[in-house]
Amino acid sequence: MTHEAIMEKLNEIFQDIFDDDTLVITENTTANDIEDWDSLEHINLVSAVEKAFGMKFRMQEVSGMKNVGEMADIIAARAEEPKPKKRGLFRR
Amino acid sequence: MKELEYPFDSSFLLQKRRKLKKALLADGSARMEKRIAVLGGSTTNDIVSMLELFLLNCGIQPVFYQSEYAQYWQDAMFDAPELAAFQPDLIFIHTTSRNITEAPLPLSASEQEVQDALERQYTHFTQMWEHLAATYHCPILQNNFELPATRLMGNRDGWDCHGMVWFISELNRKFGQYAAAHNDFYIHDIHYLAASYGLDAWHDNSYWYLYKYAMTLDAIPEFAYSLTRIIRSIYGKNKKVLALDLDNTLWGGVIGDDGQEGISIGQETAEAEAYTEVQEYCKAQKQLGVLLTICSKNEPENARLGLSHPDSVLHEDDFVAIKANWEPKDRNLVQTAAELSLLPESFVFVDDNPAEREIVSAQIAGIAVPEFQDPADCIRVLDHAGYFETTTFSAADASRSEMYRANAQRAQMQQTYANYTDYLLGLDMHADIRDFDAVALPRIVQLTNKSNQFNLTTRRYTQSEMEQVAADHKHIRLYGRLRDKFGDNGIVSVVIGEISGDTLHIELWLMSCRVLKRDMELAMLDTLVAECRKQGITAICGYYYKTAKNAMVKDLFGTFGFTKTEQFENGDSTWRMEIAGYENQNHVIQVNEKEHQQA
Repeated sequence: MTHEAIMEKLNEIFQDIFDDDTLVITENTTANDIEDWDSLEHINLVSAVEKAFGMKFRMQEVSGMKNVGEMADIIAARAEEPKPKKRGLFRR
Repeated sequence: MKELEYPFDSSFLLQKRRKLKKALLADGSARMEKRIAVLGGSTTNDIVSMLELFLLNCGIQPVFYQSEYAQYWQDAMFDAPELAAFQPDLIFIHTTSRNITEAPLPLSASEQEVQDALERQYTHFTQMWEHLAATYHCPILQNNFELPATRLMGNRDGWDCHGMVWFISELNRKFGQYAAAHNDFYIHDIHYLAASYGLDAWHDNSYWYLYKYAMTLDAIPEFAYSLTRIIRSIYGKNKKVLALDLDNTLWGGVIGDDGQEGISIGQETAEAEAYTEVQEYCKAQKQLGVLLTICSKNEPENARLGLSHPDSVLHEDDFVAIKANWEPKDRNLVQTAAELSLLPESFVFVDDNPAEREIVSAQIAGIAVPEFQDPADCIRVLDHAGYFETTTFSAADASRSEMYRANAQRAQMQQTYANYTDYLLGLDMHADIRDFDAVALPRIVQLTNKSNQFNLTTRRYTQSEMEQVAADHKHIRLYGRLRDKFGDNGIVSVVIGEISGDTLHIELWLMSCRVLKRDMELAMLDTLVAECRKQGITAICGYYYKTAKNAMVKDLFGTFGFTKTEQFENGDSTWRMEIAGYENQNHVIQVNEKEHQQA
């Protein structure tokens, strides 16, 4: 997945979470740029991104991301790594 | 809204929350406002935002109070001024196993020390519940405890009193005993919910470390839905009827083509066993007070043939109405609802055919139409959707089906009388109309919270509020029970008036629609007037508050002989009657005979 494609997909998720079809994010977008992006909405956002890209952020990454560009970088890097095995038989 | 019906897509709901909320608020439907205080032992924000969606979807407009992070006990015990000012209608205490402070104990602890710890932990909660109940007089919802993600001693954790699994199980048992002994106290069973979800998935600890969520984010919609089941049951929003298709829903195969011997029911094949369990599940719901009806495209004699199969669990007399014909199903459902004096939206329509489901859910607003793939799936969906969540259960619930069947017999008898008054006299009706008492109170509360059509003010009361009214000498209260030659209808009417000087203001007047047109309302009025005279009251003021469902009583006070004193643009009206020249209006029901005999 190219960086561009990742950004495009991220933009859709941001539009959904903040319910704003006109929202356009860039590499430099931070929580300060989006009014509703508070610490609670951040949880939802991170979870939606994880599902959309089939990956999970590590704990230090969740609190450490400076802007959307860094988020996209982590997604791209994670796509290169081998997938971890699913935990447990009954995991949904 | 389809997206919010069980089974829903949790990720979708979390991601589209804002859009869904906007759509719900814009749909123009009338909702009752409820003030819900959420006292959390962990983060509650997403629980509240999901709960809001589900409640809006079932006709409740919630206003929330949330305690500061993990301040549930302080808020409750030290009477937080914000909480007091909020005046909650309902309090939800969101604690989880993360909030257990007395366990685990070291293996060196004696059994007595463990029991003491258990008691301390339990008292920590009971003190709080009792304080909240005494302060706020409103329903309390309390989570029990989910099993832990890990077990230090492995399997031994469950039976050794030093194990966390043992401790949680004991604590849950104590919570259950408290619920059994207290009205208006409800356990939200997250012990079951977490197990049903899968404990490993539920306990995604990164959500705890990062955000202090006591469960994984994806489980929160299911958690909120489970809470919604209890809340909508408390506020009378449960469904009442299971309308069942026959072919490939209650048995395998098509009775019209395959014949009685050809349908799958019984224990002979896997498929037959699955359908048998579907029937058993429906029958068990009936015993809890759910009404069963048939809505099937079939010849009526074929429907009867299928139900008389020797292995059939359900029989013709389990159903309060059977519609087996070739009319569109939505039309049959509306007709059945009219015959039972119920609203179509109180129905759950169960049909294996997606096309029928589609038509019915498009044609009948508010009806529940569960989606399922096969009979095994059917039970799970019906069960987890929680249409009939049983928060209260009275003797009347167990015999509800019989009452509705007796109504069908009354309808038949009516056809043999030319004159309606003769018919009413022929019913041999006897009523007990009395002040509230402790035995009747649960049914009074239940009826008050679910009556929509014959209800002048649609005012709702919790158990505690009703207890306060019952103890207050400024109120006149009556409940009415009606029986006739076909059976006992149970408690069917409730009237509450508030005394102000020499005037009685009617704040509640309602009646169950199953006794419409029996002059029961006149018997209630006669008794009310008699009670007013006893207390020196000279006038009664009546109030009609228009809702989407109570048009049938907009002129009730007029037919009673009240004069309209004001008509408002929104449809509300006020009425007044001087009782000096009042003469009894009921001539067909014998009222309170036992007392008369004694006198």
